[in-house]
Formats: sequence, structure tokens, C-alpha cells
Amino acid sequence: MKHRIDARFALAARENRAALVTFVTAGDPDHETSLEIVRALPGAGADVIELGMPFTDPMADGPAIQAAGLRALAAGETLVKTLDLVRAFRERDQDTPIVLMGYYNPIYVHGVERFLYEAKEAGADGMIVVDLPPEEDEELCLPALQSGLAFIRLATPTTDDKRLPAVLKNTAGFVYYVSVAGTTGAATPDFNVVGGAVDRLKRHTDLPVAVGFGVKTPEHAAAIAAYADGVVVGSAIVDAVAKSLDADGRATNKTVSAVTALVSALAAGVRRGRAAA
Amino acid sequence: MTAQPQPNSFRTGPDERGRFGIFGGRFVAETLMPLILELEAEYETAKKDPAFHAEMESYRTHYIGRPSPLYFAERLTEHLGGAKVYLKREELNHTGSHKVNNVLGQILLARRMGKKRVIAETGAGQHGVATATLCARFGLECVVFMGAVDVARQAPNVFRMKMLGATVVPVQSGAKTLKDAMNEALRDWVTNVADTFYCIGTVAGPHPYPAMVRDFQSIIGIETRAQMQEMEGRLPDSLIACVGGGSNAIGLFHPFLDESDVAIYGVEAAGFGLSGLNAASIAGGAPGVLHGNRTYLLMDKDGQIEEGHSISAGLDYPGIGPEHAWLNDIGRVKYLSATDDEAVSAFQLLSKLEGIIPALESAHAIAKVVELAPGLPKDHLMVVNLSGRGDKDVPQIAERLGTSL
Repeated sequence: MKHRIDARFALAARENRAALVTFVTAGDPDHETSLEIVRALPGAGADVIELGMPFTDPMADGPAIQAAGLRALAAGETLVKTLDLVRAFRERDQDTPIVLMGYYNPIYVHGVERFLYEAKEAGADGMIVVDLPPEEDEELCLPALQSGLAFIRLATPTTDDKRLPAVLKNTAGFVYYVSVAGTTGAATPDFNVVGGAVDRLKRHTDLPVAVGFGVKTPEHAAAIAAYADGVVVGSAIVDAVAKSLDADGRATNKTVSAVTALVSALAAGVRRGRAAA
Repeated sequence: MTAQPQPNSFRTGPDERGRFGIFGGRFVAETLMPLILELEAEYETAKKDPAFHAEMESYRTHYIGRPSPLYFAERLTEHLGGAKVYLKREELNHTGSHKVNNVLGQILLARRMGKKRVIAETGAGQHGVATATLCARFGLECVVFMGAVDVARQAPNVFRMKMLGATVVPVQSGAKTLKDAMNEALRDWVTNVADTFYCIGTVAGPHPYPAMVRDFQSIIGIETRAQMQEMEGRLPDSLIACVGGGSNAIGLFHPFLDESDVAIYGVEAAGFGLSGLNAASIAGGAPGVLHGNRTYLLMDKDGQIEEGHSISAGLDYPGIGPEHAWLNDIGRVKYLSATDDEAVSAFQLLSKLEGIIPALESAHAIAKVVELAPGLPKDHLMVVNLSGRGDKDVPQIAERLGTSL
């Protein structure tokens, strides 16, 4: 069976558009609302769901995703519950790929083998683990590939041509190009510079290249969709969650619709990208 | 505890992947990986360059004021009635603690690499002050990240850093202590990759930091060996030092690790006690991955990092350097712990008996000297690392003892 990730990028390519990759934090603002949000994402135009696994010390994340993680942890989210969320989503959706995104410690403490078995069984398709560079591939990347889960690597502006083959070697699914040196939700990148970087990556790999970090609006999404295979949006979406909450930080009847409205606009932006180019 | 086979030498680590046994490593985001490899290459080159060592030696002598004395604490020894206690006087260094030994090495390296901007995390503020000092000396921009809680409890050091021209950024995330300051420093580094040197203050973080910081601090143990030979004609029988991340401890211990007759003790901060809130990662933690390395961490069963507690801001960190984690597991170093109360008593005792006000961090080591020395023979030579001076802690101790300044 073809992987859901490969199938989805192939579908987008056939439709001559970039795929929209949307990030939300599992358990934000609470487990039930989070499941509702995730279930609503494909209908709003998300092609791939990146599901953040909350961690107390997200060193590569900016304020928006840090806050989302803390909301989720305060509401009692755990790694086990996040895998339950994937399982519940998968009961109703067999096609939309789910990529788990987070930091290594909760996985390490849970047990690598147990995590991989449970993630696969729940219906996850791959993972992005920020603090595992190629130098630490034996920890999780190689075991993940063996269990049939994609290990999606980040390539960054500091990844030079000498290093790129090592970064691309054991990656699968797609390559995630980090548009700017910085944390998530950082300054908006210079789209021309990013275009050059995507071209460079494509000379080294046949995998789809998705671009993220600092992509906040439908206009940004359209600009990147002109040349990339995928556009990743995270901080803007969790910001929409944050702004929809009541004064006590609880979900309101606007929470899910705030996310779907933004994702629909982003999906339209992504579809405009190639038409404009 | 010693189930693992013993290596021929305890001093050869880390391996080429930056591992001490299972501990250490390079668990960082891809953006930082090229920077860490560049730093490792530069450090390897500098290590082989006599000019680098000569420059360091010159600043050690004329700027820091090394060697620091090894001082026989006569009245403390009499009071305890057992082992002969020596203090390694790192508190007499310029800036008031051992931290400057490491900062000097890293700043000379930053200069070699052409970096113009230096960032650092700090807990008690001693590393921040040392970094601000050397940045002032060499005209480098300096930004220090400090948890907002620590900014409040270490106000004298915050003011010192500002006078030295540094920008102090109070960190509002998480528990607002050292761990969060380190997260924020890493976020800054990942954003300012081109011109910034990250000067880590302890033997933690991704490889090569634990090994590099240890090497810069090893001057403590190297001097202690020579000084004890001169004063007593032999090596000490035991060494003792406080451990947060563990840089003053490894600096004293490392040159003695292969001397099997030397007993070595690290002292973690037990805060309110090991059954309550504490910062004793080995006593109360388990192996995990944080801030670029695998080590013992305080965390819950879901792998979420827990907030430590110690009266001492410099020990208030939920992890420990990876080499200490390894030395514990192979049984070469014994890790003890001291509570807030024990540290405060030791702080007062040393002040009254020797006329030396120790840093609250160092007072944790003194507390275990008070416990161990009485049971040892009078010809037992014990060296305790007096890693810092306590001037910075005076307002906090006054408040605890009910005195308003």
C-alpha cells in the first residue's frame, strides 16, 4: 500500500498545486476540542495534518506554539492521549496523512519501540522530531523507517551542500524546509531567497519539498505555493485557537470555526499560488 | 552500582559522538547542528595551538588571578574534629567564582571564530557576570538570559551585569529559572546563527560543550594536585564539590579520576528534602534528553520536565552534566545531596569559623564536609571546592534569617 503522505503529495501534484500542511497542537485547548479541530481540518482544505505532541521545553518553538503546548499540558494532554487522538481521527478518515511533531524526551521516556508500535497502530504516518539531527539517527529515525513510518527531516538555511546529503539520506515522505533561521512563528521569510533554497533542495532529492516557519497569511501561502510542493502553517493556526478562547482560556463555540475559517483561506491561497505564477 | 565493566581510564571520554556511555550526544535542531560542528572543529584546532594556551595562561595569571590558593581551613578542621579540610579558593577569582575559568576559554575561542555577539544563560548570575566581564574586556556585545525568578532573587548580580554593559533579558516562560533561561538562549542562537557565540556556563548542552567546559575548568584540579603535593607531599584522600550542572565539580575531579585511592563526592541540591521539591537529578531523576544531551533529569512519567527547587539559584536546574551521569552509573563518583537548611547552616558556619562567606551553591558542599569529616581520621586530606563567594546571597540569607537590610 502506498503511503498516505506520498499519495497526498502526488494528488496535489496532479492538481498542479502545492499541498497545505497544517499544524495544531494535540490537546489544545483541551483534548475533546482538539479532536474536533483535527477532524475539521481536511474539510477546510488541509492536505496533511501535523499534530504537535506537547512538551514542557520546546526549544525550537516561538511564543505561539510554546503557549499552545502549555495550554495542552495544563488540560492534561499526554503522549498516550495524543495517540488516542490519532486513533479517533483515523476511525473516520483513512486518507489524510498525520505527521506527529515534537521533541525526543517524551518519546524516549515512553520507549522508542513502544512508541513506534503504538503510533503505527493508531494510524500515524510519520514524525518530525526537532532535536534529532542525522547524527542521532540510531535513536529513532532508523527504527521508525524500519517500522514503516516516515521520518521527516528539517533542512534549514544553515544546512550547506556538504551537509545536505546526510540530512536527506534517511528522510521519507517529504523534506521540510525551514524558511528562516529561527523559531516557529518567526519573521516572514524573503520569498525569493526561499525559492532559491527550494531549487537547491530539489537538485538533491526527488522527495516533495514543503516550506514552513513564518508563513502566516493566505498571501504568504500563495507566494510559497508558486514553487514549493507543500506549504506548512502552524503558529498562525494555534494563534487562531488562542484568540477564540474565553477569559479563562477555555474553548468557545467559535474555536473550531476560527481554525477552519483560517485553513479555508490558506487552502484558497495555496490554490492561487500556481495560477498566479 | 558497579555492575558495568570498569574502563582502563575514566578520563578518555567523550567518544567521537560526544557520548559518555549512553549519556551526552548532540540532540539539537538541524539549524544549530552546523554551528556545533564548526565550534567542535575550532576547539580541536585551538587545543593543538600553543598560542591559544599561552594566551589563556596569560589571562589566567594577570586577569583572573590564578592560581587560586589551596587553603588549610584550620578552625573548621578543629571544629569538626576529623579530616584535615582544605578549601580550593575559587571564590577569590576575578568575578567571584569558578565560572570565569570557562568563560575565558570560550571567549578566546569566540574571538578566534570572529564572533561579535555573545549570549549566555545564567542561574545565580555568576556565569552571567563572568561572561559580561570578559565581553567588556574584549569589546563584544553580550546578552544574558536569566529566569525572571532568578532576576528577583539575585538582584546584585543583575546590576553587576548591567554595569558591565550586558543586556539582561528576564525570561518569563516556564518556571522562570535556569532551565527556561537556557531554552531562551537556544532560541536566540537558532535565530542569530551568523554572528553569535553561545557561551554555555556548565558541563551540559550538546557536544562539544560538556567536554570543552570541563577542559577549561580542569585547571582547578590540576592546581590542586600540585598544591597538595607541595603542602602535604601527597595527593588528597577525598574531594568534594557541589553539583548543579557540575562544572566546578568536574573541574576539580577530572584530573583525579584515575587515582583510585582518591574518594570523590558530588553534592546535589536536595531543596526541601529528597521526598519534597528538590534539584537532585541523580537522586530523584531518570535518564532523558534535554538541552542537547542525554542525562539524568527531573521529570514526570510522561517525560515532561519538572521544575526543580533549590534555595540556590545556581543549582536550581532539573538536569546534570552527562559526564556526571556516567561517573555515577559506573560508580567512580558518589553523589550525595544537601537540603536548603543544611546549606544555610554551612553558610553560617564557614562565615563564622573561617571568615569566608561561601556562595550558597558551595555551601552545599561544605554541608557534606560537616557530615563526613568528623568520622574520618585526622590524617585524611579532604579538599572541598569553594566555587564561589557568597556576597550575592547576603540579601537572600538576611531575609531567610528574618533580618531586613
